[in-house]
Amino acid sequence: MLNINKDADGSKITIALQGRLDTTTAPQLDEEVKQLQDKVTELIFDMSELQYISSAGLRVLLSAQKMMNKQGSMTITNVSPEIMEIFDVTGFCDILTIK
Amino acid sequence: MKELNVEAKIDNLHRVLEFVDEELEGLDCSIKLQTQIDVAVEELFVNIASYAYEGGNGMACIRIDKEEMEPAIVITFIDQGFPYNPLEREDPDVTLSVEQRNIGGLGVFMVKKSMDEVSYKYCDGSNMLTIKKKLAG
Repeated sequence: MLNINKDADGSKITIALQGRLDTTTAPQLDEEVKQLQDKVTELIFDMSELQYISSAGLRVLLSAQKMMNKQGSMTITNVSPEIMEIFDVTGFCDILTIK
Repeated sequence: MKELNVEAKIDNLHRVLEFVDEELEGLDCSIKLQTQIDVAVEELFVNIASYAYEGGNGMACIRIDKEEMEPAIVITFIDQGFPYNPLEREDPDVTLSVEQRNIGGLGVFMVKKSMDEVSYKYCDGSNMLTIKKKLAG
């Protein structure tokens, strides 16, 4: 299960993820990302409550990063050690901005 | 040895993960280890559900063995779909930039990186992919 909480502050959007970002839930997040407007210049994913990510979740983060490269910046915050290891193995730690 | 036979459909992913996690619970696994195993199981089951039967219906068998000596957990994925060895696929280049990146092949790559052993064989009309993860050290 994945809960997605979106908080907008002008052109800055924070998306807090809670639960599991897997093959069954990644399409939900993909849909949210696609709905973001051009005026969004700062996208933040808060992963403090995210327990799990698989390649389906990575795919959504990659397409979000590609989109934000055209219109602003994207940051990932509060990554757990387990998810950080997945970012490391896949080289995502080099292409995402993780704080 | 324990076995779960389910229709190879993505809807059954959580059933498969529950089956594996139940086995892991009794083994005093760290969260890191459980996450690595869950990711591997998801990637391999989803591959079967997505590609093995090329859009048709079919079954998948997930077999769990425990090796007490090492100790290690061995999980075998069996399907009767088209013969296909996902391990032969070229690894993705994980050093490419965002724009050059293509997500294909990342799932199996993660499995290869996080498991201690990964092997494939085609036997009696079945694809059999086995992963092994040591539980200590």
